[in-house]
Amino acid sequence: MISVERVSHSFHGYPALKNLSFSVSPGECFGLLGPNGAGKSTLINILVTLLQPDSGSVTINGWPLATEAAKIRSSIGVIFQDSSLDERLTAHENLYFHAMFYHVPPREASQRITALLAMVGLADRSNDRVITFSGGMKRRLEIARSILHQPQLLLLDEATVGLDTQARRRIWDYIASLRQDYPLTILLTTHYLEEAEICDRIAILDHGAVIACDTPARLKEIHGQKTLDDLFLHLTGRDLQDSETGELERLKAALRVRRIK
Amino acid sequence: MTSGLKDSYYIMKRDLIRMTRQKMPLIGAVVRPILWLFFLGTGLKFGFIALPLVGINWQQYIFPGIIAMNVLFSGVMSGATIVWDREFGFLKEITIAPIPRWSIILGKVLSGTIIAGCQGVLVLAVYPLLGISLGFLQLAQTLLAIFFIAMAVTAVGVLLAARIRTLEGFGAVNNFVVMPVFFLSGALHPLSNIPDWLKILIYLNPFSYAVDLLRVILLGLDGDPVLDILTIVLFTNVIFLSALYLFAQRRQYYP
Repeated sequence: MISVERVSHSFHGYPALKNLSFSVSPGECFGLLGPNGAGKSTLINILVTLLQPDSGSVTINGWPLATEAAKIRSSIGVIFQDSSLDERLTAHENLYFHAMFYHVPPREASQRITALLAMVGLADRSNDRVITFSGGMKRRLEIARSILHQPQLLLLDEATVGLDTQARRRIWDYIASLRQDYPLTILLTTHYLEEAEICDRIAILDHGAVIACDTPARLKEIHGQKTLDDLFLHLTGRDLQDSETGELERLKAALRVRRIK
Repeated sequence: MTSGLKDSYYIMKRDLIRMTRQKMPLIGAVVRPILWLFFLGTGLKFGFIALPLVGINWQQYIFPGIIAMNVLFSGVMSGATIVWDREFGFLKEITIAPIPRWSIILGKVLSGTIIAGCQGVLVLAVYPLLGISLGFLQLAQTLLAIFFIAMAVTAVGVLLAARIRTLEGFGAVNNFVVMPVFFLSGALHPLSNIPDWLKILIYLNPFSYAVDLLRVILLGLDGDPVLDILTIVLFTNVIFLSALYLFAQRRQYYP
Protein backbone atom coordinates (compact mmCIF):
# COMPACT_ATOMS: atom_id res chain seq x y z
CA MET A 1 0.00 0.00 0.00
CA ILE A 2 2.75 2.43 1.02
CA SER A 3 6.43 1.75 0.57
CA VAL A 4 8.92 4.43 1.60
CA GLU A 5 12.52 3.51 0.85
CA ARG A 6 15.56 5.50 1.92
CA VAL A 7 13.79 8.86 1.57
CA SER A 8 15.74 11.99 2.45
CA HIS A 9 14.72 15.61 2.22
CA SER A 10 16.22 18.85 3.42
CA PHE A 11 15.09 22.46 3.66
CA HIS A 12 17.85 24.95 2.91
CA GLY A 13 20.51 22.49 3.99
CA TYR A 14 18.68 21.41 7.15
CA PRO A 15 17.85 17.68 6.94
CA ALA A 16 14.14 17.14 7.62
CA LEU A 17 14.09 13.44 6.65
CA LYS A 18 17.14 11.17 6.83
CA ASN A 19 17.16 7.91 4.92
CA LEU A 20 13.64 7.09 6.04
CA SER A 21 12.19 3.65 5.28
CA PHE A 22 8.96 1.92 6.30
CA SER A 23 5.99 0.22 4.70
CA VAL A 24 2.25 0.09 5.37
CA SER A 25 0.12 -2.92 4.43
CA PRO A 26 -3.40 -2.77 2.97
CA GLY A 27 -6.08 -2.30 5.64
CA GLU A 28 -3.55 -1.32 8.27
CA CYS A 29 -3.80 1.70 10.58
CA PHE A 30 -0.26 3.00 10.81
CA GLY A 31 0.82 5.83 13.10
CA LEU A 32 3.79 8.15 12.80
CA LEU A 33 4.62 9.36 16.25
CA GLY A 34 6.97 12.20 16.89
CA PRO A 35 7.36 15.64 18.44
CA ASN A 36 7.19 18.93 16.52
CA GLY A 37 9.96 19.13 13.96
CA ALA A 38 10.42 15.36 13.73
CA GLY A 39 9.63 15.44 10.00
CA LYS A 40 6.05 14.13 10.09
CA SER A 41 4.50 16.92 8.04
CA THR A 42 7.37 16.86 5.54
CA LEU A 43 6.73 13.16 5.04
CA ILE A 44 2.99 13.73 4.64
CA ASN A 45 3.67 16.45 2.06
CA ILE A 46 5.77 13.95 0.11
CA LEU A 47 3.09 11.25 0.34
CA VAL A 48 0.36 13.62 -0.89
CA THR A 49 2.54 14.58 -3.90
CA LEU A 50 3.14 18.17 -2.79
CA LEU A 51 6.85 17.70 -2.30
CA GLN A 52 9.46 15.76 -4.22
CA PRO A 53 12.01 14.07 -1.95
CA ASP A 54 15.67 14.83 -2.56
CA SER A 55 16.42 11.10 -2.76
CA GLY A 56 14.82 7.71 -2.19
CA SER A 57 11.65 6.21 -3.61
CA VAL A 58 8.00 6.14 -2.60
CA THR A 59 5.33 3.78 -3.92
CA ILE A 60 1.68 4.33 -3.02
CA ASN A 61 -1.13 1.95 -3.95
CA GLY A 62 1.27 0.28 -6.39
CA TRP A 63 2.23 3.46 -8.21
CA PRO A 64 5.66 5.09 -8.00
CA LEU A 65 5.38 8.68 -6.79
CA ALA A 66 8.02 9.92 -9.20
CA THR A 67 6.02 9.03 -12.32
CA GLU A 68 2.39 8.44 -11.33
CA ALA A 69 1.53 11.37 -9.06
CA ALA A 70 -1.86 11.92 -10.78
CA LYS A 71 -2.99 8.31 -10.18
CA ILE A 72 -1.83 8.49 -6.58
CA ARG A 73 -3.80 11.71 -6.03
CA SER A 74 -7.02 9.98 -7.14
CA SER A 75 -6.47 7.13 -4.73
CA ILE A 76 -5.73 9.01 -1.49
CA GLY A 77 -7.81 11.06 0.89
CA VAL A 78 -6.13 13.64 3.09
CA ILE A 79 -7.00 15.57 6.22
CA PHE A 80 -4.44 18.24 7.01
CA GLN A 81 -3.62 19.72 10.38
CA ASP A 82 -5.16 23.06 9.36
CA SER A 83 -8.65 23.01 7.90
CA SER A 84 -8.77 23.39 4.14
CA LEU A 85 -12.54 23.79 3.96
CA ASP A 86 -13.95 26.83 2.22
CA GLU A 87 -15.79 28.58 5.02
CA ARG A 88 -17.82 30.80 2.68
CA LEU A 89 -19.37 27.74 1.07
CA THR A 90 -21.94 25.43 2.63
CA ALA A 91 -21.12 21.93 3.81
CA HIS A 92 -22.84 20.51 0.73
CA GLU A 93 -20.99 22.85 -1.63
CA ASN A 94 -17.62 21.92 -0.10
CA LEU A 95 -18.33 18.26 -0.73
CA TYR A 96 -19.80 18.91 -4.17
CA PHE A 97 -16.71 20.73 -5.45
CA HIS A 98 -14.45 18.09 -3.96
CA ALA A 99 -16.43 15.40 -5.80
CA MET A 100 -16.14 17.32 -9.06
CA PHE A 101 -12.38 17.80 -8.65
CA TYR A 102 -12.06 14.04 -8.11
CA HIS A 103 -14.27 13.36 -11.15
CA VAL A 104 -17.08 11.60 -9.30
CA PRO A 105 -20.12 11.49 -11.65
CA PRO A 106 -22.61 14.20 -10.50
CA ARG A 107 -25.53 11.85 -9.74
CA GLU A 108 -23.32 9.50 -7.77
CA ALA A 109 -21.72 12.47 -6.02
CA SER A 110 -25.11 13.66 -4.88
CA GLN A 111 -25.95 10.26 -3.36
CA ARG A 112 -22.59 9.94 -1.67
CA ILE A 113 -22.77 13.49 -0.26
CA THR A 114 -26.18 12.80 1.29
CA ALA A 115 -24.97 9.53 2.80
CA LEU A 116 -21.70 10.95 4.13
CA LEU A 117 -23.30 14.03 5.66
CA ALA A 118 -25.69 11.70 7.48
CA MET A 119 -22.78 9.50 8.56
CA VAL A 120 -20.88 12.38 10.17
CA GLY A 121 -24.06 13.81 11.72
CA LEU A 122 -24.24 16.93 9.59
CA ALA A 123 -27.25 16.13 7.40
CA ASP A 124 -29.31 18.89 9.00
CA ARG A 125 -26.48 21.44 8.48
CA SER A 126 -25.96 20.58 4.82
CA ASN A 127 -26.93 24.02 3.54
CA ASP A 128 -25.26 26.02 6.31
CA ARG A 129 -22.03 27.84 5.63
CA VAL A 130 -18.99 26.20 7.16
CA ILE A 131 -18.04 29.46 8.88
CA THR A 132 -20.90 28.75 11.33
CA PHE A 133 -19.49 25.31 12.29
CA SER A 134 -17.55 24.40 15.43
CA GLY A 135 -14.02 22.92 15.19
CA GLY A 136 -15.36 19.39 15.72
CA MET A 137 -18.05 19.81 13.04
CA LYS A 138 -15.46 21.06 10.57
CA ARG A 139 -13.28 18.02 11.25
CA ARG A 140 -16.25 15.70 10.72
CA LEU A 141 -16.99 17.44 7.45
CA GLU A 142 -13.35 17.03 6.45
CA ILE A 143 -13.58 13.31 7.21
CA ALA A 144 -16.64 13.07 4.96
CA ARG A 145 -14.81 15.00 2.25
CA SER A 146 -11.66 12.91 2.51
CA ILE A 147 -13.49 9.66 1.73
CA LEU A 148 -16.03 11.08 -0.74
CA HIS A 149 -14.02 9.91 -3.76
CA GLN A 150 -13.60 6.47 -2.13
CA PRO A 151 -9.82 6.49 -1.68
CA GLN A 152 -7.88 3.37 -0.80
CA LEU A 153 -5.62 5.27 1.57
CA LEU A 154 -6.48 7.95 4.13
CA LEU A 155 -3.71 10.26 5.36
CA LEU A 156 -4.37 12.17 8.56
CA ASP A 157 -1.81 14.83 9.40
CA GLU A 158 -2.32 15.79 13.05
CA ALA A 159 -6.01 15.78 12.18
CA THR A 160 -7.27 16.23 15.73
CA VAL A 161 -4.93 19.00 16.86
CA GLY A 162 -6.81 21.84 18.52
CA LEU A 163 -9.86 19.72 19.39
CA ASP A 164 -10.85 18.92 22.96
CA THR A 165 -10.61 15.33 24.22
CA GLN A 166 -14.30 14.66 23.71
CA ALA A 167 -14.27 15.91 20.10
CA ARG A 168 -11.08 13.94 19.41
CA ARG A 169 -12.66 10.76 20.75
CA ARG A 170 -15.76 11.30 18.63
CA ILE A 171 -13.62 11.76 15.51
CA TRP A 172 -11.84 8.48 16.20
CA ASP A 173 -15.16 6.74 16.77
CA TYR A 174 -16.21 7.90 13.29
CA ILE A 175 -12.98 6.66 11.77
CA ALA A 176 -13.25 3.32 13.60
CA SER A 177 -16.82 2.80 12.35
CA LEU A 178 -15.69 3.84 8.89
CA ARG A 179 -13.02 1.15 8.88
CA GLN A 180 -15.65 -1.46 9.68
CA ASP A 181 -17.78 -0.53 6.67
CA TYR A 182 -15.11 0.43 4.22
CA PRO A 183 -11.71 -1.17 3.38
CA LEU A 184 -9.44 1.70 4.23
CA THR A 185 -5.75 1.92 4.95
CA ILE A 186 -4.90 4.75 7.33
CA LEU A 187 -1.64 6.56 7.91
CA LEU A 188 -1.80 9.15 10.63
CA THR A 189 0.67 11.46 12.26
CA THR A 190 0.06 12.47 15.81
CA HIS A 191 1.61 13.43 19.07
CA TYR A 192 -1.38 12.26 21.10
CA LEU A 193 -0.60 8.95 22.75
CA GLU A 194 -4.19 7.69 22.89
CA GLU A 195 -4.32 8.01 19.09
CA ALA A 196 -1.09 6.07 18.72
CA GLU A 197 -2.51 3.29 20.90
CA ILE A 198 -5.33 2.55 18.45
CA CYS A 199 -2.89 2.03 15.55
CA ASP A 200 -2.03 -1.47 14.37
CA ARG A 201 1.61 -0.39 14.11
CA ILE A 202 3.50 2.78 14.87
CA ALA A 203 6.80 4.24 13.77
CA ILE A 204 8.58 6.61 16.12
CA LEU A 205 10.18 9.48 14.27
CA ASP A 206 12.91 11.62 15.74
CA HIS A 207 15.04 14.18 13.92
CA GLY A 208 13.81 12.91 10.55
CA ALA A 209 14.58 9.23 11.12
CA VAL A 210 12.55 6.18 12.17
CA ILE A 211 14.04 5.00 15.44
CA ALA A 212 11.51 2.23 16.17
CA CYS A 213 8.67 0.56 14.27
CA ASP A 214 6.29 -2.20 15.44
CA THR A 215 2.94 -2.71 17.19
CA PRO A 216 2.54 -0.47 20.26
CA ALA A 217 2.38 -3.56 22.50
CA ARG A 218 5.52 -5.14 21.08
CA LEU A 219 7.48 -1.89 21.23
CA LYS A 220 6.59 -1.47 24.89
CA GLU A 221 7.49 -5.11 25.55
CA ILE A 222 10.82 -5.02 23.67
CA HIS A 223 11.96 -1.87 25.42
CA GLY A 224 10.50 -2.82 28.81
CA GLN A 225 8.25 0.23 29.09
CA LYS A 226 4.73 0.37 30.49
CA THR A 227 3.33 3.25 28.43
CA LEU A 228 4.03 4.83 25.05
CA ASP A 229 5.00 8.00 26.85
CA ASP A 230 7.67 6.09 28.80
CA LEU A 231 8.73 4.38 25.58
CA PHE A 232 9.13 7.66 23.77
CA LEU A 233 11.11 9.14 26.65
CA HIS A 234 13.28 6.00 26.74
CA LEU A 235 14.02 6.13 23.00
CA THR A 236 14.47 9.84 22.47
CA GLY A 237 15.26 11.28 25.88
CA ARG A 238 12.35 13.68 25.37
CA ASP A 239 8.70 13.88 26.34
CA LEU A 240 6.33 13.48 23.38
CA GLN A 241 4.07 16.20 24.68
CA ASP A 242 7.03 18.58 24.83
CA SER A 243 5.65 21.59 23.01
CA GLU A 244 9.03 23.17 22.46
CA THR A 245 9.34 24.04 18.81
CA GLY A 246 11.83 21.87 16.98
CA GLU A 247 14.77 23.21 15.03
CA LEU A 248 13.06 22.43 11.72
CA GLU A 249 9.91 24.26 12.81
CA ARG A 250 12.00 27.28 13.77
CA LEU A 251 13.70 27.22 10.35
CA LYS A 252 10.33 27.05 8.60
CA ALA A 253 9.01 29.91 10.72
CA ALA A 254 12.10 31.98 9.87
CA LEU A 255 11.57 31.28 6.16
CA ARG A 256 7.95 32.36 6.41
CA VAL A 257 8.95 35.60 8.12
CA ARG A 258 11.58 36.24 5.44
CA ARG A 259 8.98 35.72 2.71
CA ILE A 260 6.56 38.16 4.33
CA LYS A 261 9.32 40.76 4.57
CA MET B 1 -7.98 18.13 -22.08
CA THR B 2 -11.80 18.00 -21.78
CA SER B 3 -11.48 16.87 -18.19
CA GLY B 4 -9.06 19.74 -17.47
CA LEU B 5 -11.55 22.23 -18.93
CA LYS B 6 -14.27 20.79 -16.68
CA ASP B 7 -11.95 21.24 -13.70
CA SER B 8 -11.43 24.87 -14.73
CA TYR B 9 -15.20 25.29 -14.94
CA TYR B 10 -15.66 24.05 -11.35
CA ILE B 11 -12.86 26.27 -10.06
CA MET B 12 -14.52 29.21 -11.82
CA LYS B 13 -17.97 28.24 -10.49
CA ARG B 14 -16.69 28.06 -6.92
CA ASP B 15 -15.07 31.50 -7.18
CA LEU B 16 -18.24 33.02 -8.61
CA ILE B 17 -20.37 31.55 -5.81
CA ARG B 18 -17.95 32.95 -3.23
CA MET B 19 -17.99 36.33 -4.96
CA THR B 20 -21.78 36.60 -4.80
CA ARG B 21 -21.51 36.19 -1.01
CA GLN B 22 -19.19 39.17 -0.59
CA LYS B 23 -20.76 42.60 -0.45
CA MET B 24 -17.72 44.87 -0.02
CA PRO B 25 -16.04 44.26 -3.42
CA LEU B 26 -19.38 44.94 -5.12
CA ILE B 27 -19.89 48.18 -3.17
CA GLY B 28 -16.31 49.20 -4.02
CA ALA B 29 -16.91 48.45 -7.69
CA VAL B 30 -19.88 50.85 -7.70
CA VAL B 31 -18.44 53.61 -5.54
CA ARG B 32 -15.00 53.79 -7.20
CA PRO B 33 -16.16 54.79 -10.70
CA ILE B 34 -18.74 57.21 -9.26
CA LEU B 35 -15.96 59.05 -7.44
CA TRP B 36 -13.75 59.22 -10.49
CA LEU B 37 -16.35 59.86 -13.13
CA PHE B 38 -18.73 62.23 -11.43
CA PHE B 39 -16.47 64.00 -8.93
CA LEU B 40 -13.16 64.13 -10.79
CA GLY B 41 -14.89 64.30 -14.18
CA THR B 42 -17.09 67.20 -13.09
CA GLY B 43 -14.07 69.00 -11.59
CA LEU B 44 -12.17 68.62 -14.82
CA LYS B 45 -15.18 69.68 -16.87
CA PHE B 46 -15.76 72.96 -15.03
CA GLY B 47 -12.52 73.84 -13.33
CA PHE B 48 -9.87 72.75 -15.75
CA ILE B 49 -8.60 73.61 -19.21
CA ALA B 50 -10.75 72.96 -22.23
CA LEU B 51 -10.28 69.59 -23.87
CA PRO B 52 -8.53 69.91 -27.23
CA LEU B 53 -11.15 67.72 -28.89
CA VAL B 54 -14.26 69.02 -30.56
CA GLY B 55 -17.64 67.74 -29.32
CA ILE B 56 -16.33 65.80 -26.33
CA ASN B 57 -16.28 66.96 -22.73
CA TRP B 58 -13.94 65.78 -19.95
CA GLN B 59 -16.44 63.39 -18.41
CA GLN B 60 -17.00 61.71 -21.74
CA TYR B 61 -13.27 61.70 -22.43
CA ILE B 62 -12.30 59.89 -19.22
CA PHE B 63 -15.30 57.52 -19.39
CA PRO B 64 -13.48 54.73 -21.33
CA GLY B 65 -10.52 55.10 -18.96
CA ILE B 66 -12.79 54.75 -15.92
CA ILE B 67 -14.36 51.60 -17.37
CA ALA B 68 -10.86 50.23 -17.97
CA MET B 69 -9.84 51.28 -14.45
CA ASN B 70 -12.67 49.36 -12.83
CA VAL B 71 -11.74 46.30 -14.87
CA LEU B 72 -8.06 46.77 -13.98
CA PHE B 73 -8.66 47.07 -10.23
CA SER B 74 -10.97 44.10 -10.09
CA GLY B 75 -8.97 41.92 -12.50
CA VAL B 76 -5.59 42.39 -10.84
CA MET B 77 -7.05 42.06 -7.37
CA SER B 78 -8.70 38.77 -8.36
CA GLY B 79 -5.22 37.32 -7.88
CA ALA B 80 -5.85 37.90 -4.18
CA THR B 81 -8.32 34.98 -4.28
CA ILE B 82 -5.37 32.69 -5.02
CA VAL B 83 -3.40 34.15 -2.12
CA TRP B 84 -6.49 33.71 0.07
CA ASP B 85 -6.90 30.12 -1.09
CA ARG B 86 -3.24 29.50 -0.31
CA GLU B 87 -3.46 31.04 3.16
CA PHE B 88 -6.63 29.17 4.07
CA GLY B 89 -5.66 25.78 2.65
CA PHE B 90 -7.98 25.49 -0.33
CA LEU B 91 -5.10 25.77 -2.82
CA LYS B 92 -3.45 22.81 -1.08
CA GLU B 93 -6.73 20.91 -1.39
CA ILE B 94 -6.95 21.46 -5.16
CA THR B 95 -3.21 21.01 -5.69
CA ILE B 96 -3.44 17.45 -4.35
CA ALA B 97 -6.59 16.72 -6.39
CA PRO B 98 -6.07 14.82 -9.66
CA ILE B 99 -6.45 17.93 -11.81
CA PRO B 100 -3.83 19.53 -14.04
CA ARG B 101 -2.10 22.71 -12.83
CA TRP B 102 -3.14 24.61 -15.95
CA SER B 103 -6.81 23.99 -15.20
CA ILE B 104 -6.41 25.73 -11.83
CA ILE B 105 -4.83 28.77 -13.50
CA LEU B 106 -7.40 28.80 -16.30
CA GLY B 107 -10.29 28.51 -13.83
CA LYS B 108 -8.91 31.42 -11.82
CA VAL B 109 -8.42 33.54 -14.95
CA LEU B 110 -11.96 32.77 -16.13
CA SER B 111 -13.61 33.64 -12.82
CA GLY B 112 -11.52 36.82 -12.50
CA THR B 113 -12.40 37.75 -16.08
CA ILE B 114 -16.13 37.38 -15.46
CA ILE B 115 -16.02 39.35 -12.20
CA ALA B 116 -13.80 42.12 -13.62
CA GLY B 117 -15.78 42.22 -16.85
CA CYS B 118 -19.06 42.61 -14.97
CA GLN B 119 -17.56 45.49 -12.98
CA GLY B 120 -16.62 47.15 -16.27
CA VAL B 121 -20.16 46.64 -17.57
CA LEU B 122 -21.46 48.23 -14.38
CA VAL B 123 -19.66 51.46 -15.33
CA LEU B 124 -20.62 51.17 -19.00
CA ALA B 125 -24.28 51.20 -17.96
CA VAL B 126 -24.11 54.90 -17.04
CA TYR B 127 -23.23 56.03 -20.59
CA PRO B 128 -26.66 57.64 -21.24
CA LEU B 129 -26.12 59.91 -18.20
CA LEU B 130 -22.98 61.29 -19.83
CA GLY B 131 -24.69 62.19 -23.08
CA ILE B 132 -23.01 59.37 -25.02
CA SER B 133 -25.13 57.53 -27.55
CA LEU B 134 -24.21 54.01 -28.60
CA GLY B 135 -25.62 51.81 -31.33
CA PHE B 136 -26.09 48.08 -30.92
CA LEU B 137 -22.84 47.27 -32.74
CA GLN B 138 -20.86 49.73 -30.62
CA LEU B 139 -22.36 48.27 -27.47
CA ALA B 140 -21.53 44.72 -28.53
CA GLN B 141 -17.97 45.73 -29.46
CA THR B 142 -17.55 47.50 -26.11
CA LEU B 143 -18.76 44.44 -24.17
CA LEU B 144 -16.39 42.23 -26.11
CA ALA B 145 -13.50 44.64 -25.52
CA ILE B 146 -14.27 44.86 -21.78
CA PHE B 147 -14.12 41.08 -21.27
CA PHE B 148 -11.07 40.90 -23.50
CA ILE B 149 -9.29 43.50 -21.34
CA ALA B 150 -10.58 41.79 -18.18
CA MET B 151 -8.84 38.57 -19.21
CA ALA B 152 -5.53 40.39 -19.74
CA VAL B 153 -5.55 42.16 -16.38
CA THR B 154 -6.79 39.07 -14.52
CA ALA B 155 -3.85 37.13 -15.95
CA VAL B 156 -1.60 39.80 -14.39
CA GLY B 157 -3.27 39.25 -11.01
CA VAL B 158 -2.81 35.49 -11.28
CA LEU B 159 0.85 35.95 -12.26
CA LEU B 160 1.45 38.17 -9.24
CA ALA B 161 -0.28 35.61 -6.99
CA ALA B 162 2.24 33.00 -8.09
CA ARG B 163 4.93 34.98 -6.31
CA ILE B 164 3.13 36.92 -3.55
CA ARG B 165 2.28 34.63 -0.67
CA THR B 166 0.42 36.87 1.79
CA LEU B 167 -2.73 38.96 1.58
CA GLU B 168 -0.81 41.88 3.12
CA GLY B 169 1.76 41.60 0.35
CA PHE B 170 -0.96 41.53 -2.27
CA GLY B 171 -2.41 44.72 -0.81
CA ALA B 172 0.76 46.52 -1.87
CA VAL B 173 0.03 45.55 -5.48
CA ASN B 174 -2.63 48.26 -5.53
CA ASN B 175 -0.04 50.97 -4.87
CA PHE B 176 2.89 49.58 -6.78
CA VAL B 177 1.21 48.00 -9.81
CA VAL B 178 -2.40 49.06 -10.31
CA MET B 179 -2.10 52.81 -9.71
CA PRO B 180 1.10 53.33 -11.80
CA VAL B 181 -0.37 51.23 -14.63
CA PHE B 182 -3.55 53.31 -14.53
CA PHE B 183 -1.84 56.72 -14.37
CA LEU B 184 0.56 55.75 -17.17
CA SER B 185 -2.21 54.71 -19.54
CA GLY B 186 -3.43 58.12 -20.67
CA ALA B 187 -6.82 57.27 -19.16
CA LEU B 188 -7.25 60.74 -17.69
CA HIS B 189 -5.67 63.03 -20.30
CA PRO B 190 -4.88 63.26 -24.01
CA LEU B 191 -1.34 62.55 -25.15
CA SER B 192 -0.93 65.90 -26.88
CA ASN B 193 1.15 68.51 -25.03
CA ILE B 194 2.66 66.07 -22.51
CA PRO B 195 6.45 65.59 -22.04
CA ASP B 196 8.15 63.02 -24.27
CA TRP B 197 9.32 60.86 -21.33
CA LEU B 198 5.73 60.47 -20.17
CA LYS B 199 4.59 59.73 -23.69
CA ILE B 200 7.22 56.95 -23.99
CA LEU B 201 6.09 55.37 -20.71
CA ILE B 202 2.47 55.48 -21.86
CA TYR B 203 3.36 53.83 -25.17
CA LEU B 204 5.27 51.09 -23.31
CA ASN B 205 2.32 50.36 -21.04
CA PRO B 206 0.10 47.59 -22.50
CA PHE B 207 -2.88 48.94 -20.55
CA SER B 208 -2.72 52.17 -22.65
CA TYR B 209 -3.83 50.07 -25.62
CA ALA B 210 -6.81 48.79 -23.64
CA VAL B 211 -7.88 52.37 -22.84
CA ASP B 212 -7.30 53.37 -26.45
CA LEU B 213 -9.43 50.47 -27.74
CA LEU B 214 -12.37 51.49 -25.56
CA ARG B 215 -11.94 55.14 -26.52
CA VAL B 216 -11.99 54.29 -30.23
CA ILE B 217 -15.15 52.19 -29.85
CA LEU B 218 -17.06 54.43 -27.41
CA LEU B 219 -16.09 57.92 -28.59
CA GLY B 220 -15.09 57.22 -32.19
CA LEU B 221 -11.74 58.94 -31.65
CA ASP B 222 -8.78 58.31 -33.94
CA GLY B 223 -6.76 55.29 -32.94
CA ASP B 224 -5.47 51.95 -34.16
CA PRO B 225 -7.83 49.21 -32.88
CA VAL B 226 -5.91 46.46 -34.69
CA LEU B 227 -2.68 47.43 -32.89
CA ASP B 228 -4.63 47.67 -29.62
CA ILE B 229 -6.12 44.18 -30.02
CA LEU B 230 -2.81 42.60 -31.11
CA THR B 231 -1.00 44.15 -28.15
CA ILE B 232 -3.63 42.90 -25.68
CA VAL B 233 -3.66 39.38 -27.19
CA LEU B 234 0.14 39.13 -27.13
CA PHE B 235 0.29 40.52 -23.61
CA THR B 236 -2.39 38.14 -22.29
CA ASN B 237 -0.66 35.11 -23.79
CA VAL B 238 2.76 36.04 -22.42
CA ILE B 239 1.37 36.70 -18.95
CA PHE B 240 -0.79 33.55 -18.90
CA LEU B 241 2.11 31.33 -19.97
CA SER B 242 4.39 32.99 -17.41
CA ALA B 243 1.80 32.34 -14.69
CA LEU B 244 1.57 28.69 -15.75
CA TYR B 245 5.35 28.39 -15.62
CA LEU B 246 5.61 29.96 -12.18
CA PHE B 247 2.84 27.81 -10.71
CA ALA B 248 4.34 24.63 -12.22
CA GLN B 249 7.67 25.57 -10.63
CA ARG B 250 6.16 25.91 -7.18
CA ARG B 251 6.58 22.34 -5.99
CA GLN B 252 7.86 23.08 -2.53
CA TYR B 253 5.13 23.84 -0.03
CA TYR B 254 6.00 24.47 3.55
CA PRO B 255 3.62 22.95 6.02
